[in-house]
Amino acid sequence: MDGIAQIKFPVEQEELVCPGHTACPGCGAVLAMKYVLKGLGPRTMAVIPPACAGVISGGFPFMALKIPVLRIPFESTAITASGIRAALDAMGKKDIHVLAWAGDGATFDIGLQALSGAAERNDDIIYVCYDNEGYMNTGIQRSSATPEGAWTTTTPAPYVKDTPKKDIVRIMAAHKIPYIATASIGYPADLIKKVNKAKEKKGTRFILVFSPCPTGWRYSSEMTIRIARLAVQTDLFPLYEIEDGENYTLNPRRSAKPVRDYFKLQGRFRNLKEDNLKRFEEMLRKERDYLNRMAG
Amino acid sequence: MKKVISANQSVSYAVRAAKAQVIAAYPITPQSSIVEMLSGFCASGELNARFINVESEHSAMAACMSASVAGARTFTATSSQGLALMHEVLHYASGLRLPIVMANVNRALASPFNLKADLSDSLSQRDTGWLQFYCESGQEVFDTIIQSYRIAEQLLLPVMVNLEGFILSHTYEIVDVPEQRDVDRFLPPAPPRESLDVDNPAMFGSTTDYYINFRYKMHADMERAKVLCRESDAEFKGMFGREYGLLCPYRCEDADLILITAGTIAGSCRVVADRYRTKGLKVGVLRIRLFRPFPAELIRAALRGARKAAVIDRDFSPGCGGIFAQEIKAALQGSGSEVLVFEFIAGLGGKDVTDTDIGQIIEHTINMSKPGESAWMGLLR
Repeated sequence: MDGIAQIKFPVEQEELVCPGHTACPGCGAVLAMKYVLKGLGPRTMAVIPPACAGVISGGFPFMALKIPVLRIPFESTAITASGIRAALDAMGKKDIHVLAWAGDGATFDIGLQALSGAAERNDDIIYVCYDNEGYMNTGIQRSSATPEGAWTTTTPAPYVKDTPKKDIVRIMAAHKIPYIATASIGYPADLIKKVNKAKEKKGTRFILVFSPCPTGWRYSSEMTIRIARLAVQTDLFPLYEIEDGENYTLNPRRSAKPVRDYFKLQGRFRNLKEDNLKRFEEMLRKERDYLNRMAG
Repeated sequence: MKKVISANQSVSYAVRAAKAQVIAAYPITPQSSIVEMLSGFCASGELNARFINVESEHSAMAACMSASVAGARTFTATSSQGLALMHEVLHYASGLRLPIVMANVNRALASPFNLKADLSDSLSQRDTGWLQFYCESGQEVFDTIIQSYRIAEQLLLPVMVNLEGFILSHTYEIVDVPEQRDVDRFLPPAPPRESLDVDNPAMFGSTTDYYINFRYKMHADMERAKVLCRESDAEFKGMFGREYGLLCPYRCEDADLILITAGTIAGSCRVVADRYRTKGLKVGVLRIRLFRPFPAELIRAALRGARKAAVIDRDFSPGCGGIFAQEIKAALQGSGSEVLVFEFIAGLGGKDVTDTDIGQIIEHTINMSKPGESAWMGLLR
């Protein structure tokens, strides 16, 4: 599951994310888009709110994606996908995936209400949140996905964020939607496999994709994949699936690495104290126990 | 077929006749009965549309927006706070050039709380790029919804049809609901337009430095809207025998004093004007049906012979005055008109505007030699 070379199943050959997009070097979000579209294929329509993803996908009259895209209000990602699905149904158009594509700000914060509404109605959409743990497009401000101890421009050092990251997956699980997965750009085969699984199901499907951001996280751009993998290996971002809100499947555990290894590579955690680290380790242990319990 | 129905029910019957394909709505007093009825039509199959029970008005408009970009004929209804919550998406809808039709049941905005008629909700959305109609009867509501779909789809701009809360929305009147085949002839399925298409992918609503050009195009098409509204109205008359115009003048040709208003207040104005006519005073009434685009040239023409005009606003802009009054004064600027425009604020928060009030407005206008600040009618002591 580690590298793209490990993919042992058919994937879309056509690149739906074109060269010439405007992502920063080492951008995790653009890899997330590339892999998700490898899974979904060209018969996909997407909605994108104001976000890095909006900028990356190109300004008029250019376009870096080979799928139709609607740019929508920040808080409306899920419902605009639902609206497209309703129109396609009303007009008898079938076999089209409707992709809601949003960052963590648009998902955990401003768009949570609309996302909850769509999930409760079980609207037939695939919602992918590329999680880079902050408002990176507007200049690295904190979101409710920003982890405890992280510097951002609105949690400036030494007053770094003092509350933990919101657990969006448990919120979504509470809606008992057909499919939820966490995935990472560090493990593309696993990510594409989960997209393939999601697209075979009906109803609201939610995938949270861990997408490191060199610009916002303050690390050198060649380390994106390494950091993405470390997040999984340290259990900071465990990979798993939840079907119908209750059937948990955990990815096989990686060789465990100390959480310190992950933090020390990123400038945003420079202000992390020993007691922060202790709390993290305790939190990760509890989360591991919880997931193991849920997976039976 | 003639039915005795409320104006809210008239909206629902019109949307059924227009064969909307996607309806997204959220309940709010006094609009709720519109979408209750429509959800029933969708559930029973009388209307073959997808009904999305959204979790907010913001999402109602967002769903209409994306469904419309995907090519469907869409509808929503709202009121007051709901319309205010939609504000952001109203701009998206017009900017994306979407033929969405919405009914807004006019209601006062909090705070303080008041559920009754007040036009400030929709007039606060004046600059969002939506056409705005203001109706006076249940029949006009039905006919305007049907006309609006046609205008919106020709012009590619959204249309808001306004009716006053309770005073109109909950009043039962005889409404002639036309045969479906006649509506179908007037309003055929929406012409195909560029939309989301997996075989021809494009991006809608992208970032651009051509922004000003897009806005200029919208302005030019708003001007064209006046012509289309008149054409649509004339053709409607040919098929159904009813027409409304952009303005609805009553005994204005020879009038010295013209009462100008919108919505249901016009009916009372006509009765009072007739009374003054019997006393030998030449009073006319001008009801403004289309507010955006503003039919300035028609208003100038209608006021040409009058010496005084009294504008009755069931709305106001704090620190400025009645909103219709400001627009009318702007329309007269530079036209050489010498008509004196007197401003009256009346009926806010659903307060009745009675024949006595209108009589006082006329007396006041006659007695004053020149306009002063706007006069407030019906303040409680």
